[in-house]
Amino acid sequence: MAMTEQQNMMRRLQVQSFVLDDIRLYLDTHPDDKKALEWYHKYRKLKEQTEKEYVDRFGPLNSFQVDSDTRWTWVDTPWPWEGTV
Amino acid sequence: MWVYEKKLQYPINITKPDAKAAKIIITQYGGPDGELGASMRYLSQRYSMPYKEPAGILTDIGTEELAHLEMVSTIVHQLTKNLSLEEIESEGFAPYFVDHTVGVWPQAASGMPFSSSTFQSSGDPIADLHEDMAAEQKARKTYDNILRLIDNPEVIDPIRFLREREIVHFQRFGEAMRKVQDHLNEKNFYAINPGFDMNPHQGR
Repeated sequence: MAMTEQQNMMRRLQVQSFVLDDIRLYLDTHPDDKKALEWYHKYRKLKEQTEKEYVDRFGPLNSFQVDSDTRWTWVDTPWPWEGTV
Repeated sequence: MWVYEKKLQYPINITKPDAKAAKIIITQYGGPDGELGASMRYLSQRYSMPYKEPAGILTDIGTEELAHLEMVSTIVHQLTKNLSLEEIESEGFAPYFVDHTVGVWPQAASGMPFSSSTFQSSGDPIADLHEDMAAEQKARKTYDNILRLIDNPEVIDPIRFLREREIVHFQRFGEAMRKVQDHLNEKNFYAINPGFDMNPHQGR
């Protein structure tokens, strides 16, 4: 099945977020590892860019990202268990 | 506090219902070595962890387990949402269906409900971290057994991801254990319980 643009961007976001999930645990037990911190900063920047692009195009991923002043769009975007993104 | 994100940690998109698979996989939601117990174990234990780095590991792994809980329940939901009544009966799903329809409820594969008696919060950091390392191996074992029983690649893929995370968590808990021991008497790690005896009103 061909992936939609939204699915593609969500995959990119999931990859970048996962790198941070993994580095977070490593840094908890290696807080002075400069190389790991470098990766953290690099991927945090990439993830923030992708997330901003995603939210601008497809709507909020968390409830602090609602931009509309006419509609609470938090309830409009798909729930993750639906398997649509 | 926690902030909810409308995003799975790893993608799940299962297109074919399979009640037999759901009955097995639900055990990683509410079973004895499941993700609900894992999350509650680590998030409960952190209050008696007096050292900052191991407390960080308990908090962050406990949080990641919440994401795994969501993944396992998503797998169960997607495997059951389009089941026909015929499939529910022929695939042995009727005993679950009669109580829960196709809702997701934390139980073991055997039907035993989720119980906090599957984990400890002992108030003793060394005892807790040993339990945590064993818990990660027991969860890895359950995922290995699930992989022996499942043949749908759409299910196998996220289960492999979850299995791999258990191994990473085991490693991190081992490092947290070493950090705790670094604070203790190297000739006798058990001389005091740093989760109790360092409190000036309780110490001996």
